[in-house]
Amino acid sequence: MRGNKQIQPGWLLCLAALFLSGCNMALLDPKGQIGLEQRSLIITAIALMLIVVVPVIVMTFWFAWRYRASNTKATYTPDWEHSNKIEFVVWTIPCIIILILGVITWRSTHALDPRQPIASPAKPLVIEAISLDWKWLFIYPEQGIATVNQIAFPVNVPVQFKVTSGSVMNSFFIPQLGSQIYAMAGMRNQLHLIANEEGNYQGISANYSGHGFSGMKFTAEARSQEGFEQWLAQVKTSSSSLQFTDYQKLVEPTQNNPVAYYSTVEAKLYDRIVNQFMGHGLPGGTQHQMMEMSHEDAMPMSHGNGEHMDAHSGNGE
Amino acid sequence: MFGKLTLEAIPYHEPIIMGAVGAMILGGLALFAALTYFGKWKWLWTEWLTSVDHKKIGVMYIIVAMLMLLRGFADAIMMRMHMAAASAGTEGFLPPHHYDQIFTAHGVIMIFFMAMPFMVGLMNIVVPLQIGARDVAYPFLNSLSFWLFVVGVALMNISLGVGEFAQTGWLAYPPLSGKQFSPGVGVDYWIWSLQISGIGTLLTGVNFFATILKMRAPGMKMMQMPVFTWTALCTNVLIIISFPILTATVALLTMDRYLGTHFFTNEMGGNQMMYVNLIWAWGHPEVYILILPAFGIFSEVVATFCKKRLFGYTSLVWATAAITILSFIVWLHHFFTMGAGANVNAFFGIATMIISIPTGVKIFNWLFTMYRGRIQFSVPILWTLGFLVTFSIGGMTGVLLAVPGADFVLHNSLFLIAHFHNVIIGGVVFGYLAGFNYWFPKAFGFTLNERLGRYSFWFWITGFFFAFVPLYILGFMGMTRRVSNQIDPQYHLLLAIAAGGAVLILIGIICQLLQLAVSIRDREKNRDLTGDPWGGRTLEWSTSSPPPFYNFAKLPEVKDRDAFWAAKEDGSAFQQPAHYAPIHMPKNTSAGIIISAFSLVMGFALVWHIWWLAIVGLVGMIATYIKHTFNDDVDYYVPVEVVERTENEHFAAIAKAGVNHGR
Repeated sequence: MRGNKQIQPGWLLCLAALFLSGCNMALLDPKGQIGLEQRSLIITAIALMLIVVVPVIVMTFWFAWRYRASNTKATYTPDWEHSNKIEFVVWTIPCIIILILGVITWRSTHALDPRQPIASPAKPLVIEAISLDWKWLFIYPEQGIATVNQIAFPVNVPVQFKVTSGSVMNSFFIPQLGSQIYAMAGMRNQLHLIANEEGNYQGISANYSGHGFSGMKFTAEARSQEGFEQWLAQVKTSSSSLQFTDYQKLVEPTQNNPVAYYSTVEAKLYDRIVNQFMGHGLPGGTQHQMMEMSHEDAMPMSHGNGEHMDAHSGNGE
Repeated sequence: MFGKLTLEAIPYHEPIIMGAVGAMILGGLALFAALTYFGKWKWLWTEWLTSVDHKKIGVMYIIVAMLMLLRGFADAIMMRMHMAAASAGTEGFLPPHHYDQIFTAHGVIMIFFMAMPFMVGLMNIVVPLQIGARDVAYPFLNSLSFWLFVVGVALMNISLGVGEFAQTGWLAYPPLSGKQFSPGVGVDYWIWSLQISGIGTLLTGVNFFATILKMRAPGMKMMQMPVFTWTALCTNVLIIISFPILTATVALLTMDRYLGTHFFTNEMGGNQMMYVNLIWAWGHPEVYILILPAFGIFSEVVATFCKKRLFGYTSLVWATAAITILSFIVWLHHFFTMGAGANVNAFFGIATMIISIPTGVKIFNWLFTMYRGRIQFSVPILWTLGFLVTFSIGGMTGVLLAVPGADFVLHNSLFLIAHFHNVIIGGVVFGYLAGFNYWFPKAFGFTLNERLGRYSFWFWITGFFFAFVPLYILGFMGMTRRVSNQIDPQYHLLLAIAAGGAVLILIGIICQLLQLAVSIRDREKNRDLTGDPWGGRTLEWSTSSPPPFYNFAKLPEVKDRDAFWAAKEDGSAFQQPAHYAPIHMPKNTSAGIIISAFSLVMGFALVWHIWWLAIVGLVGMIATYIKHTFNDDVDYYVPVEVVERTENEHFAAIAKAGVNHGR
């Protein structure tokens, strides 16, 4: 395996050169812990796979040139079709690499599970994200405010995003901070992110949702604690308030919606938004359709029915 | 009377669409006029449209596939141009309503109406010949399959001029594809073109499964089948298992849209996650349905042009079987970001990676077939070499996407788009084009122009890298798929390079068409008189080019893998038998095309809610089918004199040309 060790650093350098070379490679220039872990995961995985891919490409060119028909000096063995040695090598090496990658995958998948809270002395900030046609509604339940297409949070403080949809499927994604998660009506998804550097990061929907999809952008501002307090104060000066009736107006499709602030918000609006897709006044039977995406979700169920089905039950957690 | 259909369904105000529709109508009229002028209608009807000959059906599949390649590519290049423009601060030239239809249509056309028929076409032409059979197991079913597929194509293309196509993405995820969010007819066109052509595909699967298992030449054991036949067998197993899932899933969506059920809606207990799971339970095997036959083609090509036995046949066959099985337990990797637990995601991620092991083994087998061979750089081997390099990269990015932690940032990004085009163009398309160049002389009796074939290859492969490497980088820049306006200007340069790559691919496609035209012009010069232009190894090369309609005057006896090569070695090839027997053959039938015509009526009527017409279509289909079952006059015997005459001509031609014994 000594040869492999020589290949790896070379390619790491190439990759490094690639992302230093200009284009703003958001994923290779992450600003938060999750994104950083994902970057090194990507680089490790590529390096491991290049152990097979580079020799394949080299062999393709080499064999094609060496055994061209016009090169009559090359050995020609028309009936040679089997070699246990070669078979052993070509099965074993990919197996070993996939074994290593499999272990890395198992560990990283658990470490980077989006519902896994981020270890930090700071208490996480909760932001509820609701995808609508075609904008993002954000609710800060603890601060009692809401915004459209803009969020802010303090740097170095974990943020717990609770993600759902008031319409079709979307995906909540801030590329420079790391993972994305689907937003689906009636479903509660969770995503834990953290920013370790101040800055304004672009947020998008990463799942096509209709004609206004291109405009479903928002800014995610990672600010200092004071900066965050200022931002909160600014939102609080808004004269708008977000009650469920206002929400129902907001649900109407709009494109390239401007940023909006709401200084007050109906208590437990997020639950009401999730639960509106449940039951519809039908006999109790449909209420168990409630899909709770997380064990840790502290949100009480507003319909008072404690029994619910977990979207990923049975996976041995 | 006409349901939802009014004159307003025709998009007069869209110049691009009307231009395309106009061109299609003009092309159709020109074809109609030419057929009438030359008095070819009867010939067309009796020789082609009602034919049950697997070779002719195969040729028709590939003609339609190539036409659809042009349409799908027109969509592609419009998207590339639009994105280059829309990232430069302009609005671009495609409004969202149109752009969203285009990317949906591009995906649907390229998968269902380009790649699938190309694959089925090659399978039709080659498999019966490779296994030494005279036709497929169910010749009428084969004709019906083809025409049902054509109805899917027709419906999809009618949507361009009458109404609209879906604006949901090619897999039409609900709730976006439900009645509430897509009230128009677009999704209905999507539903019925997939349902009708999907039945055709399923019938093809059953047909070829039976053909390969039951109709092999005397003596041919399973482990003596050519690798292309093996991959075709595995593909048909996949079709038989997975297409019913597609049909059922789309049927549930249809009920949501037509009957007000709530399988996948937001309300009343509908579950969109169920749809996504089901559609990918079909969708992932589908990509192996496409790639396995391409692997088979590369295996044939590499052995033939390296003048060497295929390295590691057994290992290749088992690798194919392993991929067939594994392809059913990886579907969740298409949506790691949906919110399943870490255990579930990790399981599906690792299962996906395991597929790369047999795939990697295959690649090494092809490499070691080249090793110590005598490689003749004909066009098919160029595509194979291009594939080995391109596909390795695509496979690597695929395994990267299978790592859930990485997928959480790369999912739905242009990196993903680059990845699947890398494996579909670099694997599937390169494979089918290799097969096209390789088997063309078998189907038509003359070889294709080598020089234009080489040009086409070089433009395609360079164009591919220019078009998709920028997309890989854009994925790392955080650009997601399916955005159509107000694109971040920092993406402009790379999008412009990608558009340039698409132009290079366009030149590649033009070379392909020129190659066809020039080769037809020069056909007399490039006649393949022996039936064995490449020094082939398998049975399809042992009969004339094009083969007589009965394929083999005498069924070959198989004792070895590479049966024809072995026959050439022991001197039994190219020997005319002393006497012939009458040959039992199926008769042509118009039932397939008539049933399909009624299904087109039904599909169109269902799209527009013209219920009486839908009933007419359905009753017509059933009645024609019942009538066909009462038709006992479905077969006949080819008299010995006809066989003798045909075979004498063939052997006279061989004698004139001299035989090529391969080495």
